[in-house]
Amino acid sequence: MLNFPLWKKLLVTIVCLAGLTVAFPNLFYGNVERHNDALLVVEQGGETTAGVEEDIGLWPSFLPSGLVNLGLDLRGGAHVLVEVRTSDVYAERMESLWPELRDRLREERDTVGSVRRLDSPPDVMRIRIGNPDAMNAALEAAHEISQPVISLTGATSRDFTVSADGDELVVALSDAERSAIDERTMLQSLEIIRRRVDETGTREPTIQRQGSDRILVQVPGIGSAEELLAVIGQTAKLSFHPVVNRTSDGNTRPGLDELVYPSMDEPDTWYILEKRSVVTGEQLVDSQPSFDQNGLPSVSFRFNAAGGAAFGAYTAENIGSPFAIVLDGEVISAPVIQSHIPGGSGIITGNFTPEEASRLSILLRAGALPAEIDVLEQRTIGPELGQDSIDAGKIAALVAMGAVLVFMALAYGLFGIIADIALLLNIALIFALLTSIGATLTLPGIAGLVLTIGMAVDANVLIFERIREELKGSRGPARAIELGYEKAFSAILDANVTTLIAAVILFVIGSGPVRGFSVTLGLGIVTSVFTALYVTRMMIVTWYEWRRPKTISV
Amino acid sequence: MRLRLVPETTRMNFFRMDRIPLLFSMIAVVASLVLFAIVGLNFGIDFRGGTLIMAETPEEQPVGDFRDVLTELDIGEVAVTRVSDPAGRERHAVLMRIGITDEDPDAQKALVTQVQETLNAAFPGISYLQIDNVGAKVSGELVTAGILAVVSAIAAILFYIWLRFEWQFSVAAVAALVHDVALTIGIFSLLQIEFNLSIIAAILTIVGYSLNDTVIVFDRVRENLRKYKTKDLQDVLNLSINETLARTVMTSGTTLIALLALYFLGGEVIRGFTFAMIWGVVVGTYSSIWIASTILLRLGVKRDWSKPSAGAGNQFANIDA
Repeated sequence: MLNFPLWKKLLVTIVCLAGLTVAFPNLFYGNVERHNDALLVVEQGGETTAGVEEDIGLWPSFLPSGLVNLGLDLRGGAHVLVEVRTSDVYAERMESLWPELRDRLREERDTVGSVRRLDSPPDVMRIRIGNPDAMNAALEAAHEISQPVISLTGATSRDFTVSADGDELVVALSDAERSAIDERTMLQSLEIIRRRVDETGTREPTIQRQGSDRILVQVPGIGSAEELLAVIGQTAKLSFHPVVNRTSDGNTRPGLDELVYPSMDEPDTWYILEKRSVVTGEQLVDSQPSFDQNGLPSVSFRFNAAGGAAFGAYTAENIGSPFAIVLDGEVISAPVIQSHIPGGSGIITGNFTPEEASRLSILLRAGALPAEIDVLEQRTIGPELGQDSIDAGKIAALVAMGAVLVFMALAYGLFGIIADIALLLNIALIFALLTSIGATLTLPGIAGLVLTIGMAVDANVLIFERIREELKGSRGPARAIELGYEKAFSAILDANVTTLIAAVILFVIGSGPVRGFSVTLGLGIVTSVFTALYVTRMMIVTWYEWRRPKTISV
Repeated sequence: MRLRLVPETTRMNFFRMDRIPLLFSMIAVVASLVLFAIVGLNFGIDFRGGTLIMAETPEEQPVGDFRDVLTELDIGEVAVTRVSDPAGRERHAVLMRIGITDEDPDAQKALVTQVQETLNAAFPGISYLQIDNVGAKVSGELVTAGILAVVSAIAAILFYIWLRFEWQFSVAAVAALVHDVALTIGIFSLLQIEFNLSIIAAILTIVGYSLNDTVIVFDRVRENLRKYKTKDLQDVLNLSINETLARTVMTSGTTLIALLALYFLGGEVIRGFTFAMIWGVVVGTYSSIWIASTILLRLGVKRDWSKPSAGAGNQFANIDA
């Protein structure tokens, strides 16, 4: 009467065994982790020292070695949420549009008259033309140089729009161009942040885009969020400019096509520079920390062919005059050109500490961020706190599990013990799933796990109570077991689906710790339904077929 | 000898004085809302923005000293509390909360550095276990996301129960849910426990758990309604609650065991979270026995299952039944 076909038994057994195998390495977390790290060192062609050999030996290679990722709150590290000021790039785009537009309008000088750019917000451009009657000609001329933008929706539009406002021509970026710029800026920022974080050599960093203009960076094992921000927070825009003059008055008004930047090291010193840069950081191909001839920390760099040629030509023509090395709007140094510098390599000296020199070289190597970033959220978790949390979580989980196991065994006897085995399998399955989908276990995740321990037995309680009821109705044991499972099913389904709804919503809307919790809660629901409906049933049926008891007590 | 929390067969009448729990709950909900309106929740930095620093000193330092050092910096609202030892290690940890003063992200960043430098000078050997800084922009969004999460979870569940049962069940279950959420917010306002992101997670779990209980009672009601076609609705409800009582108590028991272990042994960081959960399990169990069923009784249900109406097999057609 109790029907549990062989293929089902096999399937359930295989799933359980697979789960146990995958979850197993997590019991020896420390050893397996060192083993994996050592293997990675070997793979990347690192030196095989005695220490590495020893670490590899900590875990036999034929066993599975996947582990659950531990979240920042358990491992310690830094979490930073930044927003990219994509609007910076709008202004830049406008700036680059101006010369082209100006030249085009000047060609039409006969009809349009004089052309003058007026002050305006950075993302629009207002141009006054001498002859307002020829506005239509001006509009047409401006429209001619706009480029089509192909958006994802397939609708094509131009990259900027021009409209007339009295005698002024108003040029603004189109929405399609704006979103194209946003997209490009974000992709570039992500890539550059990833390169920078990778250069620092930390393990398993998470660099994710969030929403339209945010980036979440999580780096385990780094000392503090400030350290992380020192690497990712700086724009690191490098450029070389001819020096016009230097001054001690910060309010000096620069002339047309000139810039005034403060000096990084010298107090009360400003440099007046030509706006036109000789070369920029984009033309760098390499940058390394080094020492100058006086043994002070400095940064060496090398240009690509075009940059090297431009730099070589400029230095040859301007021997004896100073040029400024500018980083993010500050003059690092302004050396006088001693001789022609061919070959396109050089060295930046400044008042650097060795750490600063090394960081600057990383930033230059990884490239400049396309726009400035704002820090919205920064979190640091010390490694000790993480370890405390793991320890506390472990103790809580073990105590909870022990108590629930005893409680179930006392309440339901043999059936309770079967439910207990299912509970242990359930925990193993959750770990196996967490390991194989690469989910991250966080402290709230551990809480979710402990909660699951409490709630996972629910399905079994429902079934056992139902079997008791059916036994009371003087049914035979086999029929009672069968009906117990059958009738409890709809309650189990509804109860778990509703909790699953809550878990899914938590996952979709929640961020950070809340997500970690929802993952273990959701997985716990799925595995507990599986163990309650199939594993316990298989065990009970097997036991029943073996013993054939006349009566059972639940 | 088996452990029985509930006698083999119970015949308790849960509706003999059903006005009392209903009245009690109404008062409790109103009191919670009043507390929330007047006292308000003690929002953590996730929702309010600001800085949280958990630091450890080699020797125990009076909390007042930290407060004095920070107040001198003139950085606005400062709260310092001692942290009880999370894992039984010899730690002398304090938790400092600094309000948000300047919305400019750079100023916030500078503030963290400034506070750290000052603390380093004032307490040699200090080390930082945790530093969180949340800007005003994000915290505002987190509030919206939190409310959205709770509301959409309730709406989704309402819809699911409506699909699986009938609208009366759905309304009764959701009324019980709102009751649980309101009481949780009430107790957090009353005790001024920090309300942060993880409490939102706790509330959503309470929503799921409380519903779990309610659904199991309702599932039995649905079954008994089909079985005893002529029995009075109140008797059916009573029978169903009695039949599921053993299960309700067992599951609440095992869940509470696990949560209590987490509360006492799980460390400071998740204590607020576990507190919310424990409260939710207790309130949720109570509400699914008394509140949900009492409301269902008042709303009444369609009894005649033998005559399918025009939209047979589809509860949507029977919403006004």
